[in-house]
Amino acid sequence: MVMIIIAVGAFYAIPNLFGEDHAVQVVATRGAEVTASTQSAVNDVLVSKGIAVKRSELENGQLLVRVNNGEDQLLAKEAISDALGDKFTVALNLAAATPEWLESMGGSPMKLGLDLRGGVHFLMEVDMGEAVRKMTEAKVADYRTDLRAEKIRYAGIRNGAKGIEIKFRDAETLANAESFLKSRSNDMVFTDRSTGDNYFLIANPSDVYLKQIKEDALQQNITTLRNRVNELGVAEPVVQRQGAERIIVELPGVQDTARAKEILSATASIEFHMVDQSADAQAVASGRVPAGSEVYQRRQGGPVVLKKAVMLTGDHIQGAQPSYDEYSRPQVSINLDSKGGSIFSNVTKDNIGKPMATLFIEYKDTGDKNADGSVKMKKIEEVISVATIQARLGRNFVITGLEHAESQNLALLLRAGALIAPVYIVEERTIGPSLGAENIQNGIQAMIWGMAVVLVFMMVYYRGFGLIANLALTANLVMVVGVMSMIPGAVLTLPGIAGMVLTVGMAVDGNVLIYERIREELRNGRSVQQAIHEGYGNAFSTIADANITTFMTALILFAVGTGAVKGFAVTLMIGIATSMFTAIVGTRSIVNAIWGGKRVKKLSI
Amino acid sequence: MFQILNIKGSVNFLRHAIPISILSVILVLGSLGSLATKGINWGLDFTGGTVVELEFSNSANLTVIRNGLTTDETDGAVVQNFGSSRDILIRLPVKEGIKSDVQVAQVMDAVTLLDPAVIQKRVEFVGPQVGKELAEQGGLAVLVALICILIYVSFRFEWRLALGSVTALAHDVIITLGVFSLFQLEFDLTVLAGVLTVVGYSLNDTIVVFDRIRENFLKMRKSSPEEVVNTSITQTMSRTIITTATTLVVVIALFLKGGTMIHGFATALLMGIFVGTFSSIYVASFLAIKLGINREHMMPVEIEKEGADQDKLMS
Repeated sequence: MVMIIIAVGAFYAIPNLFGEDHAVQVVATRGAEVTASTQSAVNDVLVSKGIAVKRSELENGQLLVRVNNGEDQLLAKEAISDALGDKFTVALNLAAATPEWLESMGGSPMKLGLDLRGGVHFLMEVDMGEAVRKMTEAKVADYRTDLRAEKIRYAGIRNGAKGIEIKFRDAETLANAESFLKSRSNDMVFTDRSTGDNYFLIANPSDVYLKQIKEDALQQNITTLRNRVNELGVAEPVVQRQGAERIIVELPGVQDTARAKEILSATASIEFHMVDQSADAQAVASGRVPAGSEVYQRRQGGPVVLKKAVMLTGDHIQGAQPSYDEYSRPQVSINLDSKGGSIFSNVTKDNIGKPMATLFIEYKDTGDKNADGSVKMKKIEEVISVATIQARLGRNFVITGLEHAESQNLALLLRAGALIAPVYIVEERTIGPSLGAENIQNGIQAMIWGMAVVLVFMMVYYRGFGLIANLALTANLVMVVGVMSMIPGAVLTLPGIAGMVLTVGMAVDGNVLIYERIREELRNGRSVQQAIHEGYGNAFSTIADANITTFMTALILFAVGTGAVKGFAVTLMIGIATSMFTAIVGTRSIVNAIWGGKRVKKLSI
Repeated sequence: MFQILNIKGSVNFLRHAIPISILSVILVLGSLGSLATKGINWGLDFTGGTVVELEFSNSANLTVIRNGLTTDETDGAVVQNFGSSRDILIRLPVKEGIKSDVQVAQVMDAVTLLDPAVIQKRVEFVGPQVGKELAEQGGLAVLVALICILIYVSFRFEWRLALGSVTALAHDVIITLGVFSLFQLEFDLTVLAGVLTVVGYSLNDTIVVFDRIRENFLKMRKSSPEEVVNTSITQTMSRTIITTATTLVVVIALFLKGGTMIHGFATALLMGIFVGTFSSIYVASFLAIKLGINREHMMPVEIEKEGADQDKLMS
């Protein structure tokens, strides 16, 4: 039983011995997909260039090609990105060189934290104030038009300090307005703040609605950031939320923070244009375009001629949701702010029955730099949809004629074109690769020295039993590494290594407690077997109590710590659990195997 | 049998309790005094700001670097060696309306003039708001840890012992913080991790002693509480020394070999383990006695004979 558990731990620790392969990673970006044909194309290119491929894997829509060395890796990257064009992002990567048979059984090495691997860590905060401000401004405009349409006369509406303040001339109108507005939506909470002759109605978002707004703003930013991070072509990036308003972005291996930041904060925008139907396809193909029009490429491929005049820009878009019409065909519902609504209603009324195009504009990093060191950005314009205007459009309209996946995508892009709330960086940590390697070196050095001294001491002091404790200590270390490798979320950081080193020092405590107790019992004249039994028995509850409290502090540390410190807490907790196992159960079984059931006169302790 | 200690009978540890308690009180008061007057040299994690770590190709002259950082953006920068004479750490304070990027770019401009081959090893920026939150969370973490321990120890032992152990822990934390304050060592997140580990470790020691006290109260029916405590401390003494020694060995290894990034962490542990060992013997036990611990208090708690279920665990 003990042997099995230790063997399992050791098994999962094995992948850490293999090191890493140089690899090239291919990810699809704009509407493309990495398929088996991409894989064979890549292989053909590499073969033609004479680059030996160690292994090529297609997983989760990304292709990972392992090569023999760093030189081949660079050559391969160039060759592949030339061959595939800009629909794919090709990135350098280090892939764990775990043999396939091990990997198929779930074996993988420990993940290294940024402080050991090098890279950038950003903590970004969503400007929730801005999200709420945008929402209330939209509401002010809404109320204005709605009350006017309902012929409820108000004296003024403004976005005040206490919320949206609507002023009336008498109490009756106020009551009318309140019941009317309440019936329109339950997003807002209304309070009557009338004093004397001043009739005020104050509207504030309900808690649920406020939470919803913030959640939307956060989710939208996460989605957008994820898309942009993918464009960066970083291997194994992390984009995850932290709490209610923040987003963590981790980009391993990225050194050029300036570039990463510009891409993350790049803005995308949306424009609506009319399609120029007067242009004929042949003329377009030969490059002759009517004056006042321009050729754009569709996302799905193929050219389309649009009029240069912009009907409406994306900053008027307030929301875009994928939905279904009454025949359950996918569509995207869009709402505009009131200004956008009136512009749109004016321009569409003259163009009923004509096609309108949605143009997506985005700035993408070219990888080059300008003379002043800033990143050279390329403007990319794509037509993401062409739809026929069926009727005069107002603030709310739908785009139909889409596939299901398309509608999801379009809604996402439309929203990305108009971020509800901006994000800004509140924390940034960049670790150079040399420092990462240095950190690993230092950590391992400290571990070797600490462990060596402890092992020697235990052997000298407890002799036979000391050797057993040393075995347990080694098994413990192997198991910590094994468990760390098994848990998908566990990341090894520099403080994490410190935690392991510390575990080495503290793990012997269990054995020391037991052995001292055995010695004491022997001194008190107990027989050898009795002494062993008493030693293990009495020490157990002490060890358990002592470890549970350390575990508690580690847990608290895990809860409050960030990044590297969390890593420390994790290794400490795992170390406590495994050391209790090896120190008590592990050594006992060896002791039993050697001295159990025999008449022993003298113990080697 | 090779032994560090071979004590027959028991040593009257509590005889020294009063002088040592006075020393403890002085140390705690001194630490509090230093904390009140000098405060803590909060690291980047808690204050916010920007840190740039650089590696020069040759020994770097701090004064020359300092003289290069005089623009509005970089004014007030702290330049120090970090590990070796070639490694330099530059700390830049948060400035209203100035972006961290701009500060870093200016620093890089200035140092590249001095050494074109300089390597930017690490850049960290923490917004002032984030720093403030981390500081609050960190303080809260230490408090929560102490309260959880108080509850757990009261539940497992007895409130007098629990109060004794938590006081010992607070004592350790205060003295460790005091040392950081006195020498103005930088206190960052890893140091906080170190302090919390000290809490866990020091408690470990205390529990071992308490466990023995509880056991001996039941065995030594005719002895006074002082005798019981003395005997218990004596019996656990060699274990305490050995465990402290092995832990200190690995912490010293971390301190010497672990590199500059966890120097603070190792320092906190080093201090804490040292103080913690003393406090678990003197502060915790002495306080429990002063609170009037006696045999009756141990009776309601069932002593679990965990040895009985040992065989089940065996393979």
